[in-house]
Amino acid sequence: MNDALRLVWIYPDLLSTYGDRGNLLVLARRAQLRGIRVEIAQVNSDQRVPADGDIYLLGGGEDLPQILAAKRLRGDGGLTQAVSRGAVVFAVCAGYQIIGTEFGGVDGEPVPGLDLIDIRSGRGDRRGVGEILADVDPALGVARLTGFENHQGMTRRGPGVAPLATLVTGVGNGDGTEGAYAGHVAGTYLHGPALVRNPSLADLLLGWATGMPLPAIDPRQEELVADLRAERLAAVSG
Amino acid sequence: MTTSTQPVQPQQRGRARLPFRARLAATVGGAAGRASRLAGRGDGSVIGGVIGLRLQPDLLSLLAQGRQIVLVTGTNGKTTTTRLITAALGALGQVASNAFGANMEAGMVSALARAPDAALAVLETDEKYIPSMLEKTSARVVVLLNLSRDQMDRAAEIWLLARRWRAALAKAQNLQVIANADDPLVAWAAGEARQVTWVSAGQRWQDDSWCCPNCGAHLRRDGDDWHCRECSCRRPPVRWMLSGEQVIEPSGRSSPLALTLPGRANRSNAVMALAVAEVFGISVGQALPAIAAVKSVAGRYTQVTRKDTAVRLLLAKNPAGWLEALDVLGPGPVLLAVNAQVPDGRDTSWLWDVDYRRLRGRPVFVAGERAIDLAVRLEADEVLFRIVASVDDAIDLARGPTLEVIANYTAFQQIRALLGRAT
Repeated sequence: MNDALRLVWIYPDLLSTYGDRGNLLVLARRAQLRGIRVEIAQVNSDQRVPADGDIYLLGGGEDLPQILAAKRLRGDGGLTQAVSRGAVVFAVCAGYQIIGTEFGGVDGEPVPGLDLIDIRSGRGDRRGVGEILADVDPALGVARLTGFENHQGMTRRGPGVAPLATLVTGVGNGDGTEGAYAGHVAGTYLHGPALVRNPSLADLLLGWATGMPLPAIDPRQEELVADLRAERLAAVSG
Repeated sequence: MTTSTQPVQPQQRGRARLPFRARLAATVGGAAGRASRLAGRGDGSVIGGVIGLRLQPDLLSLLAQGRQIVLVTGTNGKTTTTRLITAALGALGQVASNAFGANMEAGMVSALARAPDAALAVLETDEKYIPSMLEKTSARVVVLLNLSRDQMDRAAEIWLLARRWRAALAKAQNLQVIANADDPLVAWAAGEARQVTWVSAGQRWQDDSWCCPNCGAHLRRDGDDWHCRECSCRRPPVRWMLSGEQVIEPSGRSSPLALTLPGRANRSNAVMALAVAEVFGISVGQALPAIAAVKSVAGRYTQVTRKDTAVRLLLAKNPAGWLEALDVLGPGPVLLAVNAQVPDGRDTSWLWDVDYRRLRGRPVFVAGERAIDLAVRLEADEVLFRIVASVDDAIDLARGPTLEVIANYTAFQQIRALLGRAT
């Protein structure tokens, strides 16, 4: 890593349906609160994806934009190159499906993904819409996930890929698990601003990117987020 | 893409044309609506229609027969534009309208049943129901305002919606489409319709149309103009134009839009209404005074005085609506209130699509059932704020001559109820 942490938001023109900017803002804020300088690149689908980013974000999208984004990213190659040198990827919803080996198209036909992680996604029987709770793989040291899901996808993992979390409530991957990760590539069905209510997941990504233990944040800067987490956790389990 | 300029004249409408059962359904429905209003259980604009449709499932088609129907749809501005068009067409006689935003089939039935003699009807229509409502009402005019992300937990995805509009508009007969050419999704959706009046009504929120609706390539934009570099999709030539505070008519003449309603979004709605008026042979000179006089729409933009503070209410239900509402704000203190009940959308993710940085440096108060979601959002934009329990607390703390309130749907209704349903 150079002196600035480079955050790359991939294709906000195609993959940004509902609050996806939140993940970018949360990562930037939590880095800056620790004195880490941040550079942000928003890369539209008519631009090259830089290969020298530290954390890449992909958001949600409808079927057609999702297919277009996958095609353009495959042709571009920048993200694949970045991952091969160890960059961090965090992808939600349609983005989560795109980073895998394949996903379902408009009529369920398989569409090739970027193959950054060995997962295959298709269309499930019912749409998962609502609050979601999931307990994260203990190896990652991340607190219980709280978020909102709104998708009809289901995802299977290949060997070498672990689920990000085990569901408490919600639909997730469709098999009782939620999300997936392998190396520094992670994805989830929590949609939109998934990192807002899950600051420890944001810190996991920042830790992967910096390769260093992260200094603590002034607790006064964490109060509101803690309140929000507590409120949502209480509202959903109660 | 032709434009009709032949004015349409409403015909006289006979009262007793409906078959007996439909008359009964309309009458029973109307009585239920009155009972509901008397019982204080809402404004009565839906319940009557629900009962009527149960008795007579094709009641809407029956009630629409022999009338000139204008449907008004889009993500934002439906209720206001419906009101403006109703005002503009008032010169032609009685106009039936679902003026309070009851924009599904039952609300339309109630509106038509309440005004059996009205030869004209202006009906706000939920975006999702446009294909079926075009068929059922045999609408003469449909107004397409805009399309943007809205309540994603229950609303249809907008590219999908645009595809459905396009198919329905392509096959509709004798329909004049009034479409906002500056919104690429809307323009594409109307692209195969037989008769379109294209209006440059502007597009403030662009985050849902960076890419070509036809082929997906990133669009080139220059002001309100746009085109695709990879296919033939481009903004069609427009007949009407909003230019700053002026409307430019098809003749090239421009007139100031001195509206009572605030903001760019309402000037945009007004130009769409003027283009509808033209279809009915009403000139700008006739229509504009009626449009300009509208001062509050179903509580929106209402100003009430409470504890010596002038409180102005703005409704904003989605990111595009918030962007327009933030544009309208004066320099004083502001209260933002957000709920996440079913009508609001249960998902607050959209808060992260709104840029709140322009609120820095002014007194900001935060309320509503999801106040903490909003607080976390404002913190990320480095906007200072105070969380309050009610609009009265905000008034007490602001201690100024004015307080502006921006709220989403149920939060708005709660505040409106508290301040008295003065409209």
